[in-house]
Amino acid sequence: MVRLDYDVVIAGAGAAGLAAGTVCAQAGCSTLIVDREGRTGGILNQCIHNGFGLRYFKEELTGPEFAYRMSEKARHAGAEFALNSAITDIKQLEDGTFDIRVLSGKDGVTHLHARAVMLAMGCRERNRGAIATPGERPAGVFTAGTAQKLLNCEGKLPGKSAVIVGSGDIGLIMARRLRWSGIEVKAVIEIMPHSAGLTRNVVQCLHDFDIPLYLSTSVIRIDGKERVEKVVAAPLNSDRTPDTSRAFEIECDTVLFSVGLIPEMELARKLGVKENPATGGAEVNSAYSTSVPGVFSAGNVLHVHDLVDFVAEEAEYAGKCIVDYLVGAKTGKEFSSAAGKNLKYAIPNRFAAAKATRFLFRPTVVTDRAVLKAMVDGKSVWEKKLAFVRPAEMIIAEVAADTLHGDVTFELEEL
Amino acid sequence: MRELICISCPQGCRLTAEISGDSWLITGNRCPRGEAYAKQELTDPRRVVTAVMPTDDPAHPFIAVRTDAPCPKAMIPGLLNKLYRTVVKTPVKNGDFVIKNIDNSEISVIVTENI
Repeated sequence: MVRLDYDVVIAGAGAAGLAAGTVCAQAGCSTLIVDREGRTGGILNQCIHNGFGLRYFKEELTGPEFAYRMSEKARHAGAEFALNSAITDIKQLEDGTFDIRVLSGKDGVTHLHARAVMLAMGCRERNRGAIATPGERPAGVFTAGTAQKLLNCEGKLPGKSAVIVGSGDIGLIMARRLRWSGIEVKAVIEIMPHSAGLTRNVVQCLHDFDIPLYLSTSVIRIDGKERVEKVVAAPLNSDRTPDTSRAFEIECDTVLFSVGLIPEMELARKLGVKENPATGGAEVNSAYSTSVPGVFSAGNVLHVHDLVDFVAEEAEYAGKCIVDYLVGAKTGKEFSSAAGKNLKYAIPNRFAAAKATRFLFRPTVVTDRAVLKAMVDGKSVWEKKLAFVRPAEMIIAEVAADTLHGDVTFELEEL
Repeated sequence: MRELICISCPQGCRLTAEISGDSWLITGNRCPRGEAYAKQELTDPRRVVTAVMPTDDPAHPFIAVRTDAPCPKAMIPGLLNKLYRTVVKTPVKNGDFVIKNIDNSEISVIVTENI
C-alpha cells in the first residue's frame, strides 16, 4: 500500500467491487479495493463454466475470463488493490469519514482512512446446519461451492457418488461438473415444487445426464458412520410435512448442499447499517447508499442476483453514486418503497422521486402472465405487464422520473 | 414430434419440433434463436466444455480451460479424458491454445486464466 488515505475503500474484489472501483477510479477518485484472497475476481475464479457475460460483455465467457476482464478494467482505470488483506473493523469518525482496520500477512495491522466505503463482500453459502437436516455427522457433506472450489481450484474429487440437496444454480452446475469428473450423481432433491435454478441449467446440467430431479421432496436423514452411506428422502404432503410412509433411500458417499446464499454482513453490522430482513442485506436508497451516509452497498451482499452481469451493472451504477456523493451532490426528496403481494423484496428501499429509478424485485410465484403495479395511497399509479415470472429470475423495472409521488408498495398480480 | 427446452437464454421456451417434409417445423419459440437451437439440438447437439487441467507449475497445479466453440456431445467424454491427462506447460496466458483442432473438428481448447 503506497498511501493510507483514500476517497473510496471497497471491501471485496469480486465482480461488484471491481465494477464499482473501475467507475470511481475513472472519475479520478483515489480508490482501494481490499480482498482477503490473493487474487482478484472473487467467487468467479472457481466458476470455471461458461454462461457469464452475455449481457455485460455481449460475449459468452467463463467465470475466470469475466473476472480477468473486470480486473483489467479496474487496473487500467487506476484502482489500487490490497490483496491477502482482511478488513477486521470499520468505524465512522465524527466528521463522517471512516477508519478501516486491515490485517495482512505482509503489513500486519494497518489503518486506512476513507471518505466513502463500498460494501461488496458477496455471500456465504447456507449449509446443512442452516436447514437443520437430521441424521448422523459423517464426512462427505459439503456445500456446493466448497466442492466447486475443491474440484476447480485444487483438483480434488469430493467423492465417488453424490446426492445434491437443493436445486440452486450452483448445485445444478456442480451436478454437471461431478459427472464430467467421473463422479456419479444419483439425484437432485428440491423441497420446492419448482427448481430454484435457471431452466437452462436444469436442461444442460441435469437432462443432459439423465439425473433425476425430485421436486417437493425433503431430505429427512443423512446416514453414515465415518463417511456418508446414504440419504433418506421423502415427498412432501400438501401441508409441506414429509410423508415418511413414502420415504426412499439413496446410497451415496457425498452430499452437496445448494440451499441458498446469505449476504456476508459482519462488516456492515460494525457500521450499524439498517438491514432488510427480506434480502439479508442492507437497506439502500436509489443511490445505493445504506442508512449510514457514505456507506454504499451493491452486488450479492445487497441481495442475491441470478447473473453476475446484473451484479456488475448494479455495482457500476453504485460506483457513479459514490462519485456523486464525494462531490457533494444531493439526492433530493425521498419516498419509501416496499414489496407487497407475490414479491419477496423490492430494491431500493427508498428512492428519489425526481430521478428515474431502476427497481429490482424477487417474485415468489411461477406464472407466465402477470402485471406489476406501483400502489400509492391504495391506488395503482404505474403498471408493467410481465410475460414470464419465476422466483429464480429477478424482475427489473425502470420507472421514469416524476412518476411516483409518495411512499409506494409494489404488487405482482397474476393474470 | 419432439419436445425440448431452449437453453439460449433464461426464458427457457418450451419448443415443439415436427418433421415437415425434409426439415423440422419448430414452434413455441419466442425468438429466432429458439429455432436455430432446436435444429442444432435435433441434428447435432453441442455444448461448450469447461474443465481444469493439471499444469507443470507447483504453485498453480491446475488451470481452467474451455473449448473455443460448442463441441459435439459424443466427443465430450474422450475430450475430457484427454484434458485430465495432459499437463499444461506454463507460462500461459488467457486465450492461449492448449490443444488445437481436436480430431480435425476445428474445435480447440484454450486456457481461461494467466499462469
